[in-house]
Amino acid sequence: MHLRDLSFKYKIPLRGSVLIIATAFAVSVALIAREYDVFKRDLIDTAESMGRVLATTLVTPMLHDDLWRMYEIINSPFQSKLRPNSPLSADLLVVVDPLLRVYVSNQPKRFPMLAEAAEVVPDFKELIDAQREMRGDDPKVLDLKTSDHLYMVTPILADGVLLGTLVMGYPRDIFLPRLFALIQRAGVVTLFVLLLMIAASWYWAQRFAEPLVRLADCMGRVGAEIPDDIECRLELGDSKDEIGRLAAAFQRMVLDLREKAALEKQVVVSERLAALGRLSAGIAHEINNPLGGMLNAISTFKRHGQDDPMVARTLSLLERGLTQIKETVAALLVEAKLESHALTRQDIEDVRTLLQPDVTQKRARFEWQNDVATETPLPSTPVRQILINLLLNAIHALDVGGRLLCRVVQQENALRITVENNGRHIPPERLDHLFEPFAHGVQEGYGLGLWVTYQIVEQLGGRTEAHSSPGETRFTVTLPLPVAA
Amino acid sequence: MNRTRRRLIVALAAAVVPGIAGSAQTRGLEMPPVRIGLTPVFLNDQMGFLVAWREHLEANLRRPVEFVQRQAYKGITDLLLGGRLDFAWICGYPYVRNRAQLQLVAVPVFNGKPLYQSYLIVPAEDRNTMSIDALRGKIFAFSDPDSNSGHLYTQYLLRKMGETPATFFSRTFFTWAHRKVVEAVAAGVAHGGAVDGYVWETLTGLQPDLTNATRVAARSPYFGHTPFVARLGIAADDLAAMQAVLIQMENSLQGQSLLRRLNLDRFIPGEPKLFDGIGRMIRVVNGG
Repeated sequence: MHLRDLSFKYKIPLRGSVLIIATAFAVSVALIAREYDVFKRDLIDTAESMGRVLATTLVTPMLHDDLWRMYEIINSPFQSKLRPNSPLSADLLVVVDPLLRVYVSNQPKRFPMLAEAAEVVPDFKELIDAQREMRGDDPKVLDLKTSDHLYMVTPILADGVLLGTLVMGYPRDIFLPRLFALIQRAGVVTLFVLLLMIAASWYWAQRFAEPLVRLADCMGRVGAEIPDDIECRLELGDSKDEIGRLAAAFQRMVLDLREKAALEKQVVVSERLAALGRLSAGIAHEINNPLGGMLNAISTFKRHGQDDPMVARTLSLLERGLTQIKETVAALLVEAKLESHALTRQDIEDVRTLLQPDVTQKRARFEWQNDVATETPLPSTPVRQILINLLLNAIHALDVGGRLLCRVVQQENALRITVENNGRHIPPERLDHLFEPFAHGVQEGYGLGLWVTYQIVEQLGGRTEAHSSPGETRFTVTLPLPVAA
Repeated sequence: MNRTRRRLIVALAAAVVPGIAGSAQTRGLEMPPVRIGLTPVFLNDQMGFLVAWREHLEANLRRPVEFVQRQAYKGITDLLLGGRLDFAWICGYPYVRNRAQLQLVAVPVFNGKPLYQSYLIVPAEDRNTMSIDALRGKIFAFSDPDSNSGHLYTQYLLRKMGETPATFFSRTFFTWAHRKVVEAVAAGVAHGGAVDGYVWETLTGLQPDLTNATRVAARSPYFGHTPFVARLGIAADDLAAMQAVLIQMENSLQGQSLLRRLNLDRFIPGEPKLFDGIGRMIRVVNGG
């Protein structure tokens, strides 16, 4: 897995942490480097003043050739038992006479008296050169790159005459304990601040990345489905920043997709129903023609009389079968009787009266609203048939003691019929094929009620909508009123 | 509160100070102080001991006592001969040289005898040196030019070999105290040193780290121990009083404690002939 494939949830805080650590490191290094310079400056200042003091103090014992006194003087910085490793004290002090022999040193065993300084004192050849270049009585610092010591070289002068040279050596790692202590302290503080800052950066990064991650999740699901869950709908944030705008655009897109999908589904259903309608009408016509002939023939034969009881029974059987075929075909071939009289308020009320016994039997609450005031320019018979079919289905679905609602409302240019019940709902998989004939494997009747209703509504130029969810099943039929001629 | 306390302190001081002054007057008898010169023939840099010893002497002499120290023996000897000191604890060498102008008061007894030795010490790492012969061409530490054990004896040895320190050693120096000869040899500043055996032995108890860094390579014959002397013109009573106080030290608890700190048994009157050996060495060194 590539680093760049990481989620923003990790990528942002990781980058933040790297930045914070790099900053902390850079600042610490800068501070420590500065502190190192300060240490060095301190050391050189101390060494310089110490060199001057020692060189002045050593003049008298050197003139008196009082070697022991000189030893005591140069050894005095090492007498302190309290700070044996005082960071600013030299570890090497040698007085060299003008013949470049060791006159006295603080480490007599290492630098024995009268020894050639060049042979025993480290880096002494460079120090001689420094001594030769020296002017006046100023101490001179020697920072040799090749040496592990810093040297301070001070001439011991009496009235301008060189009695000897004081060499003080400071180990370079003299700073290390102080530097380590500093690094340790800086490290602890930095670590503490780092923990706080990294925690804060992770928190902010999470807050920043979270809506983005959720948006990406939702977007990834588009295609396979239209994300409809609450996360993708509401919780993408409502800020006005880029993520907020992205979320808003995404929500608009999802909304459009959902509308389009619903529309497509509706078109598919109605096209299928239309095809079914054409097919069943064609078949009905093809069956009806020979069927009429056969029934006519049987009728004629019966009228002419025939005593043979066997023939009579057979014909009767044929006639009953053919009649049943005719009824079935007639039921499939819905033809609205458009020439009935205009719908009145009473026509609707009659339906109520008609169905009241069934409702009573279920002990259901029946809410009724009939807004049809006067004559409505719609054929009364198909409208009543629609209403009866819908109500019968609803009553059938009702549990005992349920609720039934029927509302017939006349709008400006349409009549709207709403039938609602709170009985067994229609499962979603059946809802798609609700209006198809023989579709539901219903035991009672032919299962043609809704098919017929749908066909009638279609023929009247209207629209049928069904909605069903647990506790509420609603059918809505909208019939356009013909424009007054 | 503060003022009350201050008044109390003032009152206390007023009560105490005249008391001290009064006792000093009665005890001091308006006499001038006894002036005693001290040299590093013993560990004269132990200030706590010096204060206790002076108090002991003042109490027993019934006179104020003043200790005088100088960097070199010669300073004390000069003061003594010039009459600026009454007494001094000096080395046998200056005593013998100035015997005519000095009176012997007492001699310390160390390890049962009024005698001591000069030690030739070398750094502890040096396991081979058994005598001065091995130190030819080396750096050597003396204590004081006027010291018997720390200078004269070595000069005497070299003289018998037909040498002088300047010809025998590559470099010599004086440390002006026996303790510092031990320090110089221990630190390696010198390859050898001449030191008062009594001081070295006393140091083994006080600073074993220091003496352990050195090794006694050779010991001299016994010499008369460092004499406590008086100038010639001193009153006989004063001399007798001082002598009595020193000799009686071993008879008081305080005196015993002081002697213990000096690492000495007692003081005895002593005899000038104890120092005849030193006189012989002086003649050898100065003679032909």
